[in-house]
Amino acid sequence: MSVKRNPLTLLQWIGLGIFLTALLLFTLVLGLDDYRLHPDSLAVSNTYHKEALLEAARDQGMLNRTYASSFAFAPAFQRAFRQAQADLQNRFDQQGAPEGVGEWEYKLGDWMEQEYLLHTVKHSSRGPVRSNPLLFWLLTIGLGILGGLLYILPKFRGLPGIKNNHIYHSHMTRGMKLSVRSAFLAAALFGIIGYGIFYLGGNYFWPGVSLLIALLITGLVLYKPKTSPGDESRSASPHATAWIGLITGLYLIGFYVLLYWTPQHLTGWMILSDPLSHTLSGKEASQWFVYGTLYTVAVLVMGVRMIAKYRHNRYQIIRTISVMFFQLAFAFLIPEILVRLNQPYFDFKNIWPLNYTFFFDWNLNNLIGSGATGLFMLVWGIALIVLAVPLLTYFYGKRWYCSWVCGCGGLAETLGDPYRQLSDKSLRAWQYERWIIHGVLVFAVIMTMGVLYSYLPAGELWFNQRNFLMLVMLMLAGAMGYTYYRWKRGAVDISRLGIRVGIGVTVLLIGISAYHLFSGSEKFFFLNSNETRQWYGFLIGSAFAGVIGTGFYPIMGNRVWCRFGCPLAAYLGLVQRFKSRFRITTNGGQCISCGNCSTYCEMGIDVRWYAQRGQDVVRSSCVGCGICAAVCPRGVLRLENSSLDMDERTKHLRALHIPESKTALPN
Amino acid sequence: MHVAIIGNGIAGITAARFIRKLSDHDITVISAETDHFFSRTALMYIYMGHMRYEDTKPYEDWFWPKNRIELKRAWIERVDVEGKTLYSSQGEAIPYDKLIIACGSAPNRFGWPGQDLRRVQGLYSYQDLQGMEAASGELERAVIVGGGLIGVEMAEMFHTRHIPVTFLVRESSYWDMVLPPEESQMVNRHIREHGIDLRLRTELDEILDDGTGSAGGVRTKAGEEIDCGFVGLTAGVHPAIDFLKDTSIEMQKGILVDDYLQTNVPDVYAAGDCAQLRNPKPGRRPIEAVWYTGRMAGETVAYNACGHPTAYDPGIWFNSAKFFDIEYQVYGDVQARAPEHHASLYWEHPEGRRSIRLVFDRNAGHILGFNLMGVRYRQEVCEQWIREKTPLREVIQNLGLANFDPEFYDEYEPEVVALYNTQTGDNLQLRQKRGLRAALKFLNHKQLN
Repeated sequence: MSVKRNPLTLLQWIGLGIFLTALLLFTLVLGLDDYRLHPDSLAVSNTYHKEALLEAARDQGMLNRTYASSFAFAPAFQRAFRQAQADLQNRFDQQGAPEGVGEWEYKLGDWMEQEYLLHTVKHSSRGPVRSNPLLFWLLTIGLGILGGLLYILPKFRGLPGIKNNHIYHSHMTRGMKLSVRSAFLAAALFGIIGYGIFYLGGNYFWPGVSLLIALLITGLVLYKPKTSPGDESRSASPHATAWIGLITGLYLIGFYVLLYWTPQHLTGWMILSDPLSHTLSGKEASQWFVYGTLYTVAVLVMGVRMIAKYRHNRYQIIRTISVMFFQLAFAFLIPEILVRLNQPYFDFKNIWPLNYTFFFDWNLNNLIGSGATGLFMLVWGIALIVLAVPLLTYFYGKRWYCSWVCGCGGLAETLGDPYRQLSDKSLRAWQYERWIIHGVLVFAVIMTMGVLYSYLPAGELWFNQRNFLMLVMLMLAGAMGYTYYRWKRGAVDISRLGIRVGIGVTVLLIGISAYHLFSGSEKFFFLNSNETRQWYGFLIGSAFAGVIGTGFYPIMGNRVWCRFGCPLAAYLGLVQRFKSRFRITTNGGQCISCGNCSTYCEMGIDVRWYAQRGQDVVRSSCVGCGICAAVCPRGVLRLENSSLDMDERTKHLRALHIPESKTALPN
Repeated sequence: MHVAIIGNGIAGITAARFIRKLSDHDITVISAETDHFFSRTALMYIYMGHMRYEDTKPYEDWFWPKNRIELKRAWIERVDVEGKTLYSSQGEAIPYDKLIIACGSAPNRFGWPGQDLRRVQGLYSYQDLQGMEAASGELERAVIVGGGLIGVEMAEMFHTRHIPVTFLVRESSYWDMVLPPEESQMVNRHIREHGIDLRLRTELDEILDDGTGSAGGVRTKAGEEIDCGFVGLTAGVHPAIDFLKDTSIEMQKGILVDDYLQTNVPDVYAAGDCAQLRNPKPGRRPIEAVWYTGRMAGETVAYNACGHPTAYDPGIWFNSAKFFDIEYQVYGDVQARAPEHHASLYWEHPEGRRSIRLVFDRNAGHILGFNLMGVRYRQEVCEQWIREKTPLREVIQNLGLANFDPEFYDEYEPEVVALYNTQTGDNLQLRQKRGLRAALKFLNHKQLN
């Protein structure tokens, strides 16, 4: 099918050309420099380590040899590292460490490899990028911004209104067949779990458990008689494959894999980011600084696009400015400036359990050891969890965070907006969603409890292991008890299965806590808390949130992480579903069942299902982006807050025509 | 008991859903158009690339077997009402105990010469959409005939493909049999603002053959010839009931039905576009080819077919549409040519793409209807005011209760109040702003009394 599409203006062609050139150059930057190890570029300050590494490198003929790429240099350095490690181990076994030197100040630990490797690769890099970082920043990121803006700015012309023309004609945004999509998902899942075994150093326990849980959830969902594996999923494009989208997705997946697990190949990007990083924090750029820059640039530039697209809609404009502001100020600038001021790096809007490292020992030690500012950050972080989330969600729904403040949400609402229609709206996807996202929440809670439990002292302080367990048990029992009480009174609409699963999980957690309270065992939940958190960081923090979460934008829509994985979204969602004033109301009988609302719901909510039967939409996953209301051609949907009928929000099924009271329905 | 339903549009499918709710009858829905129910109103969005056909299906495919609603793809050629059997074009005989006819309508063709050429069509069915798609490839100009809702949709569709459109409207202003003059002119302006060649007071005389049996141009009554490769006929629709000609079912323009949507033949009902009411409510037409009335009739006919006699009551008139970027909603009695006792308060935004019209009874002073362009109002609130014959003054002062625009949108009710004060010399104040809380209070309070 050939379709006459919106012709690009000359300015847009130029913008697109500049952007693609910048992207190409940005990618090439990783291969432009070559690598040469010499004593100064060995970024190791410990003299024992440095000497041993130099010796090993010299032995292996690595010194002063030029390597054309990081893919050749890094393995060579890793071989030298292992030799140095063995040498030091031998010497330590024979003579022990010198007087007054600790074992790990002398020996090389496995965990030191990544840091030494990354910095050495970066400092051994020589070539055009190393010599002209600022120039390359301008030629890549700078030109990318310029090209993007040139492409976007002409969109401000013409009449304001809904601009969804040709989304399903575009090879970028039309999505894939269910089979192609499933194949990608399966490949990603097995790839991640396989890599996870390697990542954990040959440990099969957690990868095995994860695979079992994945199979269990698949079984639970497919066991439901309503849907079967052969059913066409509504959102999977039946006969189209968006090949440009596919390439985009693969690029993003590759980017995240390198970023999280082999950042030593991204040193070119860190080098060109050094000038900006020095200006902001006074430190050199890490891979996270590169990521933060790209993330912020993406949110800002694509935020301008979002504003152009929805310039008739003030809710969208204000919301977009909000996510742009929080990304730029809270996520990017403030933490860097804090570092410059010798304060802990802290993102004031990142909330546990999305920010899963908040209760990790190194973070707590860092905050506690940073004086009044650090303590304020600690209290602030806890206040966000226990006060801000329930209170703000009570008043406004989870949108206050998910589509106004959150960084993941910010990227989804800007960079991800062209892909929002690709979320799967089938009932089956919803069933997957509920098991997976609440599973991740439970995993996050268990992981954090384990970490905190092993962090806390057994006695001494008032806030010790015992009191922590008591507090957790009380909170869990209170929350579940309150929910059960309201369920019994019929105030909340939860299925019997839902209540049973809730009680089951609560009883399990309380039981485990009680066991520890009385046994005093070190291994919380019988798990090694270090391994647990390492696996959580790998599987959820990196693979799910990054590789799948963003890499799958063009494959499964822009909220894959927020919908299926984010534990904070699960927590906010529980509040939104059961105790919040927020809902999307429907306007009487005006719905024409056209499906625009469902199609453009990034969370895969079948909004039309509710709208056409005159039922308010109250769903734990709704992030309140307001696009359903914007694309509705008949003015049927409105995001609203009211305390008046908040406990009956979903029960109230407005009679579209013949009132229920007039009917004698069988059940 | 086996209920057969001819037509899987909104009326037929709503009937099937409610029969399932009300009974255990066997249900068969027969359609020649598509395997599954889709939203006819969304056809334009498929063409424009906003959605795919799959997205216009309001229910997933598993919904039908799960609810034991059998879907049959067949064209019913003949109905034997005495033998209670349907005959498909494939020769299949389908016996039934009760029959609901919800077969919809077809675009009007008023006997124009050339109206049966290729690339001359309306936009009603899925096949019409395919026809438009097939014709669009090399199309250099389309002519659309008929100034109604489908015409403007078709214009918007071609416009998204950058195919120039000439839009022939017989009347002196777009849809001016329905829209009051100011709103009608607003739509004229907006259509032209999008670069559509809108020709008012222009009638089609003949569709010209390009020499291959396809449309090659049109000639207007004024004698002007316009070259085009496609002619869209959008001058309304009529019930598509030819296949019933030889039955004893009484028909005029549509299938005649009583208040219970029953035809003159026992156990045969009709609902939706194809039905013609013998006794329409005052102020209402006997045939209303509208999504909403189709849905209401489908629900009503289900009750009647299941032995719960329920008279069809379409309630207070409402409708909605979208003209390019301007949304339109109407509640109650808003007439293009206002009768003598109708008066209205009309506010229009200076940009000319939004307006609010309140129609009231000049003598009794109560509200009769609302006509909204580019502004969303709450149906329930408007209906309540209309049903209770609320005095205009009270409506004006509480007008914010009806506002349904998204958060942060400008509220224009203060301007409406100010306009009222200027026109009447009164000094009313707006007491309610937009918001769910106040609207719920208003609605709940009234319901309790």
